[in-house]
Amino acid sequence: MNVVGKPRRRVDGRAKVTGQTRFADDLVLPRMLHARLARSHLPHAEIESIDAAAALAHPGVRLVLTGKDMPVAYGILPVSHDEHALCLDRVRFVGDPVALVVAVDEDAAAEGVERLRVEYRPLATVASPAEALATPSPRIHDYGDQGNIHKLVSMEFGDVATGFAAADEVFDDVFFFQGNTHLAIEQHASLAAVDPDGKLCVWSSTQTPHYLHRALTKVLGIPAAHIRVIATPNGGGFGGKSDPFNHEIAVCKAALVTGRPVKICLSREEVFYCHRGRHPVEMRLRTGVKRDGTITAMHLQTLLDGGAYGSYGVASTLYTGALQTVTYRIPTYRFDGCRTFTNKPPCGPKRGHGTPQPRFGQEAQLDKIACRLGIDPADLRLRQLVEPDSLTANFMRVGTIGLRECIEKVVAGSNWRARRGKLGFGRGLGLACSSYLCGAGLPIYWNDLPHSGVALKLDRSGGVTAFCGATEIGQGSDDVLALLVAEVLGIDPFDVRVVTGDTDLGPVDLGSYSSRVTLMMGNAAIQAAERARALIAAAVAEKLAVPPGRLVFADRRVFDAEDPARGTSFQDAVVLAEAAHGTLGTVGSYKPPTSAAKYKFGGVGPSPAYSYTAAVLEVEVDPDAGWVRVVKVWIGHDIGRALNPTLARGQVEGSVYMGLGEALMEESAFRRLPPKRSAALVHKFPSLLEYKSPTTLEMPDVETYLIENPDGAGPFGAKEVGQGPLLPIMPALANAVFDAVGVRIDEIPVTPEKVRKALDAQKQGGAGRHGPARFPDVPWPEPLRVPTPWEGGDGRASNEKPRKRDQQPHAPIAPEVVR
Amino acid sequence: MTKVTLSLRLNGEPAETAFAPHKTLLEVLREDLALPGTKHGCELGECGACAVLVDGRPVLSCLYLGVEAEGRSVTTIEGLAEGPELHPLQRTFADLGAAQCGYCTPGILLVAKALLDRTPKPSRPQIKEALSGNLCRCTGYLQIFDAVEQAIVDMTAGGSGPSARGGDGGGR
Repeated sequence: MNVVGKPRRRVDGRAKVTGQTRFADDLVLPRMLHARLARSHLPHAEIESIDAAAALAHPGVRLVLTGKDMPVAYGILPVSHDEHALCLDRVRFVGDPVALVVAVDEDAAAEGVERLRVEYRPLATVASPAEALATPSPRIHDYGDQGNIHKLVSMEFGDVATGFAAADEVFDDVFFFQGNTHLAIEQHASLAAVDPDGKLCVWSSTQTPHYLHRALTKVLGIPAAHIRVIATPNGGGFGGKSDPFNHEIAVCKAALVTGRPVKICLSREEVFYCHRGRHPVEMRLRTGVKRDGTITAMHLQTLLDGGAYGSYGVASTLYTGALQTVTYRIPTYRFDGCRTFTNKPPCGPKRGHGTPQPRFGQEAQLDKIACRLGIDPADLRLRQLVEPDSLTANFMRVGTIGLRECIEKVVAGSNWRARRGKLGFGRGLGLACSSYLCGAGLPIYWNDLPHSGVALKLDRSGGVTAFCGATEIGQGSDDVLALLVAEVLGIDPFDVRVVTGDTDLGPVDLGSYSSRVTLMMGNAAIQAAERARALIAAAVAEKLAVPPGRLVFADRRVFDAEDPARGTSFQDAVVLAEAAHGTLGTVGSYKPPTSAAKYKFGGVGPSPAYSYTAAVLEVEVDPDAGWVRVVKVWIGHDIGRALNPTLARGQVEGSVYMGLGEALMEESAFRRLPPKRSAALVHKFPSLLEYKSPTTLEMPDVETYLIENPDGAGPFGAKEVGQGPLLPIMPALANAVFDAVGVRIDEIPVTPEKVRKALDAQKQGGAGRHGPARFPDVPWPEPLRVPTPWEGGDGRASNEKPRKRDQQPHAPIAPEVVR
Repeated sequence: MTKVTLSLRLNGEPAETAFAPHKTLLEVLREDLALPGTKHGCELGECGACAVLVDGRPVLSCLYLGVEAEGRSVTTIEGLAEGPELHPLQRTFADLGAAQCGYCTPGILLVAKALLDRTPKPSRPQIKEALSGNLCRCTGYLQIFDAVEQAIVDMTAGGSGPSARGGDGGGR
C-alpha cells in the first residue's frame, strides 16, 4: 500500500488550522442582502393574517416573503412532503417560520421582523406521544396512519410465540431514551445568488446538496439543470444538516425576487428549533432466553416522539427496529414501531439514526440477563455472535463481523474479568456492543441510479483532479477521496485536487449520511482511478515494451516490477497517455448490491456491510450526589481497514465523546407554559448556556482498538467509523453504574437526580431502578409475517398484498407525487 | 447610526475601521476587517469559537465590544502563522487530527497559544483547564491534547521546520 493505512495529515488540514476553510457564513458577495426569519411563538395555531406594511416601511427592508410566495410542499422523504419554506396557513411548533425579512443588514432585517404583525388562532397542542395517541384531533397533519400517529408498523420474522415458549426465562423491560440534538458548533447558514448567466446558485451548510437540489427545483419550479447547489464545508453535521431547510429555500426565492445575493445565518436559538435531532423513544423489549443465555425470541416495541414534521421520521421509525438482529443470533423477532406528531421541533437523524435508542435498551437488558443467569456479560454476547456471511431473521445480509475481536480487546484492555464487580461500592465497569450501517442499501428516492459517482481529470501537468458530489462535514471525506485516488495511481494525496459538494461540477453523491461516503464514494473513486491507471499503463507499457500488467504505480513513478529502474515519472506517464488516448478523463460509480429484504419496509436496514463496536466504561459514582464520572473508556471498532488511522481514531474518540454527552447530560426537553401564558410548549434549553455538553474536563482517556479485517464490500476493505462507535457508550455507561452502585437507570441521560432516586428507592426496599413504569397502549396493526431464512423464507412477507414492483421506476429530479 | 472609528494593531500591522458602536469585536473582525477566520457559535460566550488574543490574552470576541480594542494589539487565526510558515501548534493540529470540521479550531489554537506563551510546558491537566472554555463537537478533545503536547516538544526542540509527521502536505 502506498497511502492506505498510514497515519497522515488530512488533505484539508492546512486550510482548517489557518482559518481558511470557508464556511457558508464566511462568504460575502457584492450587493449582498441579509435575511432573518420570523418564527411562531405559538406551538400550534392557524395563521389568520400577516401584515408586512410596517416592516416594508423600514428604510432598510427590501423584501418580505410569506408562505404564499412558495406554496409547494417539500420534505426529505418522498412519503412525507409536509413542509413549506414558510408556513402557509398553520404553525406547528414554537419556532416554525412564517416570514422572511430581507434587508440591507442583519439589524434592519431583525427590526423588520419585529414590525411584522401576525395574527394567529391558537389550536390545542400535543406535547408527547401519549398525548398524541389520546388526542386524534385536531390533527397536526392531515396525513399519516391515523389521528396524530405519523407511522405505525409491525412485522414479525418467524414465530415469536414459539420462540418465547421455548425460553426458560422471559425478560420484559421498559426503557426511555430522551431526545437530544447535534449541537454542531457552526450554525446553519446559506447564501443564494443569481449567477451572472441568470441561473440560481446557493452555498449552504448542508450535508445533502443533492436533496436540497431536489427540494429547490420542486418548490421554485426551476429546472434542476439551472440550479447549482454548493455544499460548503460543514462546521459539524452529525445529521443536523441533512434535511432541506426552510431558510435554504427562502433565501433562494429572495435572491430570485430581488436579483441580489441574500444571506442568512441562523442564531443558536434558531438552530435548536431546526433540530432534526435524536427522537425521544419509549421502548418495551421482551427477550426470551434459555438458561445458558441463548436468545430464543425478541419482541421490541418503540414509540417515537417525532415533533411537528415528517423529516426522516419514517426511516427513523424503521431504524429503531432494523439492526437488533445483526449482532447476536435472534431466531425469532417481532418489531412494532410507532411515530407520533407533537407540537415540538421536528426530530430526525442524529449520529446513529434511530438505532442508539433501542441499542441502549437491548444492551442494558442483556446486562440484566447476564446478571440474573450468572453469566459474564462478555461471555453472554460472545456465545451467540452472528456468523459472518449470513442472513439475519429480518434478512439483513451480514458480511464480515469483527465483534468477537472487539469484545476480546476491550475485555483484555480493561482487565474486565479480574475487575468487574470487584472495584468496591462506587466504582464499576460496564460493557456493551453495537453495529451500524456502512451506507443505506437503498436510496431515498428508489431508482436504478448510482449512489455515488467520481470523475477524474488528468493532464500533462501530472495533476489529477477528482470530482464528486460528496460533502465534507469534518469527517474527512475529501481526504478519503484524495487518498484512494492517490493509492491507485501511486502518487501522494497532496497531488490530487478534490472538487466536492458542488452539483454543477461533480457527479451525484447522495450525501454525508448513513455512514455511506467512505464505502460508496470510495468504491466509485477506486473504479475511476483504476480506469485511469489502465489508460496510463497501456501507454507506458508500449513505450517500455513490457506487458501493462507488470507495471507498478508507486512513489510518483510508473515502473517495471521486474526492473524497477526502468520506468517513468508519473507526470511523464500521464503525458504518454494523453498523447496516446487524447484528453484524459475517467469516471467510476457505485451502487449497492440488491437487498435480500423484499418485504414492505425492508428498504431500511440493509447495507453493503456492517461495522461492529464493543466498549467497556469504567465509572465512579458518588452515591450522595448521584454524580457519575467516567474514568476511562476502552473501545474496539471493527473498521475493516483504517484508510487514514489518524482520522479513524478521531471518529472513534469523537463518537465516544458525543455518546458520553448523550449518556450523561444532553437532552432536548420541553415544558408547557401555564395556560394564561399560551400553554406553549417551549424548549427548556435553546442555548449553549443551558444545553449541557461535555467539555475538556469531562472527557476521559480513551483506549481505541481498530480491528482490521477487510470486508470485500469496502474500498480496500474499509467499513464505516463515523457513527457506530457512539452506540455502545450509553448502555455501557448504564451498565457500569449498575456495577458501581447496584441500581438500574433504564433511561438516558443518566443524570445525578435519577441515580439518587434509584438509590433512595433501593434504600427503602424498592427495586433500585429508575425508568418508565409502563409502555403506552398503541393500536398496533396486524404484523407483516416474514418467514425467516432458516424457515425457507425468501425475504417476502407471507401476508402482504402483492406490490406492483419491488422497485419504483427511475425517478428523475422532477416534482414528485407526494404522500 | 453614527459610526465610531477604531485604530488597533491587528496581526502585527496597524489597522483602522469604522462601524456602529454596538458591534462586537467578533462582528468587527468578520464584517468590517474582512477576517472571517474567527468563528461564531453561541452568541453568549459559551463555546469559545470566537476566541482571539487581545494584548496576548484570550478574549471571547462575541462578548467584547469592538471599541474596547482601541489601541490594543489583536491576534486572530489569520495572524498565527509567520508568513507561509505555520505555527508549531498549527502543524501539530493538522498532522495529528486535532481539527476535524475545523470550526472550533481557530479559537482553540489561539487559546492554546496563549497558554504556551505564559506556561511553556503545561501539564495535561493544565491544558485541559486552559481549553475548558472551548467546545469541540467532533474530536472528543484527545487529539487536541496530543497536538498541544507535540507542539511543546517541537518548540522545545527548537525546530520550527516541517514536522516529521504527516505526508507530503506536512509543513507547507
